[in-house]
Amino acid sequence: MKDITRTAIGIIAVCIVLFGINKYLSQNSGNAGSDTVTIFNWGEYIDPDLITQFEEESGYRVVYETFDSNEAMMTKIEQGGTSYDIAVPSEYAIEKMKENDLLLEIDHSKIPNLSNIDPYFLDLAFDPKNKYSVPYFWGTVGVVFNPSLLDGQTFESWETLWDPSLKGKVLLVDGAREIIGMGLNSLGYSLNSTDEKELLEATAKLKKLTPNVKAIIGDEVTQLMVNEEAAVAVTFSGQAADMMWENESLDYAVPLEGSNLWFDNMVIPKTAANVEGAHEFINFMLGAEVAAQNTDYVGYSIPNAAAVELLDEEVTSDERFYPPVAARDHLEVYKNLGLEMLGKYNELFLEFKMSGN
Amino acid sequence: MQTKNTKTFYLIPYYVWIILFVIAPIGLIAYYSFFDLSGNFTLDNYFNFFTSVYLKLTLSSFWYAFLITFFTLVIAYPTAYLLTKTRHKQLWLLLIIIPSWINLLLKTYAFIGIFGLYGPVNAFLNVFGIGETQILFTDFSFVFVAVYIFIPFMILPIFNSLDKLNPSLVDASRDLGASSWTTFSKVILPLTINGVKAGIQAVFIPSLSLFMITRLIAGNKVITLGTAIEQQFLVTQNWGMGSTIAVFLIIFMVIIMIITGQRDKGATSIGKNK
Repeated sequence: MKDITRTAIGIIAVCIVLFGINKYLSQNSGNAGSDTVTIFNWGEYIDPDLITQFEEESGYRVVYETFDSNEAMMTKIEQGGTSYDIAVPSEYAIEKMKENDLLLEIDHSKIPNLSNIDPYFLDLAFDPKNKYSVPYFWGTVGVVFNPSLLDGQTFESWETLWDPSLKGKVLLVDGAREIIGMGLNSLGYSLNSTDEKELLEATAKLKKLTPNVKAIIGDEVTQLMVNEEAAVAVTFSGQAADMMWENESLDYAVPLEGSNLWFDNMVIPKTAANVEGAHEFINFMLGAEVAAQNTDYVGYSIPNAAAVELLDEEVTSDERFYPPVAARDHLEVYKNLGLEMLGKYNELFLEFKMSGN
Repeated sequence: MQTKNTKTFYLIPYYVWIILFVIAPIGLIAYYSFFDLSGNFTLDNYFNFFTSVYLKLTLSSFWYAFLITFFTLVIAYPTAYLLTKTRHKQLWLLLIIIPSWINLLLKTYAFIGIFGLYGPVNAFLNVFGIGETQILFTDFSFVFVAVYIFIPFMILPIFNSLDKLNPSLVDASRDLGASSWTTFSKVILPLTINGVKAGIQAVFIPSLSLFMITRLIAGNKVITLGTAIEQQFLVTQNWGMGSTIAVFLIIFMVIIMIITGQRDKGATSIGKNK
């Protein structure tokens, strides 16, 4: 009994010490709000040198954390805990965060570099007048293909994917919105369709694609395409750029019937402890030279007109990644369809996946 | 009196653990399963489960879990039997168990390379003039990898029950004129059936909810209940439907536990009466 009492007291003592340390640490990071900027971004989505440069120029210390899906990011911000000063959600997630009152308004007077942004990317439907968000990168959904493994198909149309000669050669990204959207686009419907009949038609059409589908996967697509294990993949333009960087024989095309145009924007979440620093960081990232350097590193398409001027002509005139405005007409931005509709999309996607056997 | 107090004291961590990590989560799952997306009380999730998509999903989960368990058993029983006959059986057993200490995901990723178009398996097939074959992302690769991962969990209980088997019972059976097959079916198998049942439990139940392998090795062409739950929680954010599927999964597990439970107390006691 004596031993137990002693052990119990020991455990309690250790707990008190740990609790104290924990409190000290959290106080430190909480109070330090005024001299740190906490950034919450996608993995591999910024040039690390720029963080150092920002720290030197502004005197703030940067805490950098990454996430791998909009949903995970929103959950973490909703829970509080860490006081993120900057986050980089995609457009539909911004709509949702606005609805849930998770964002602070951005003070445009503190961001003079906003004038660098191509007006095409400002004042979009998901955030009128850019009250809550500032463009970071943008891109499309399209088809990456390896001409050396194909007989001349070029994917100007989604229809090409259904070509019987592509049996077992097509990889699809594991996303309900992307793949059901592709089915809708291939039939000439909007990828934001909420019409039951159109959705069912799209699913039926997708089921006919099954023999050609090799796999429906996530980030593994990159490695499989680079290693030439598959000939065709439906994926995001950014991922396509990564693959083409590693394997030069790959090519990318956005089918003409229509596809998705996506944006990742910087926002200031409600949890921000250093709103001033967050504005400074946004303004820094919008600077022409900084944005150009970041684009060189990340490889996605930059909405910053001043940075585009500085970038290699070869990069920015590549219409696969910087489609001219006229070609963007057939591209659509995802609308937040609501959880109910998202559930419907996922159920249909599940049905499509199961039609494989 | 003091010993009684001490006993209660020792039991506290156990109760706390059970309440926090077993009862509370199951309670929460059951609770969430009665709510729809907008937070209203509803039974719709349960009706929804009986629509074609989820029923088909359940059937296909069971079918693959059955295949995995079947092949694991077919490989594990003879292996366990041979193990009991070897001289350094603990060493051999250890060699079989060691791979199960390596993280499941790492092993799964290794198979992506092994089964790839330019992987060693295809290189081997090429030697025999069989051209490049698509192995990765097929039903075969899925069942193969799952069987590979589950084999130690099947071998261990069977090995234990075979090891405990009194060899004189086998000798007696042979002395009395029974054939090898009769000895196996009438003596060895009944005495080790509990090991087999424990093995089936350890393989069948986790097979129902496998989910990373379905994506990495089967390319999402095989969908299990586990995949569906993950989707509902992380993508659709429909916690109600996800919980409902989880509730059914728990029910299936309980049913399997009851079926494979150790009803036959007689056999164990005979085994122990050496």
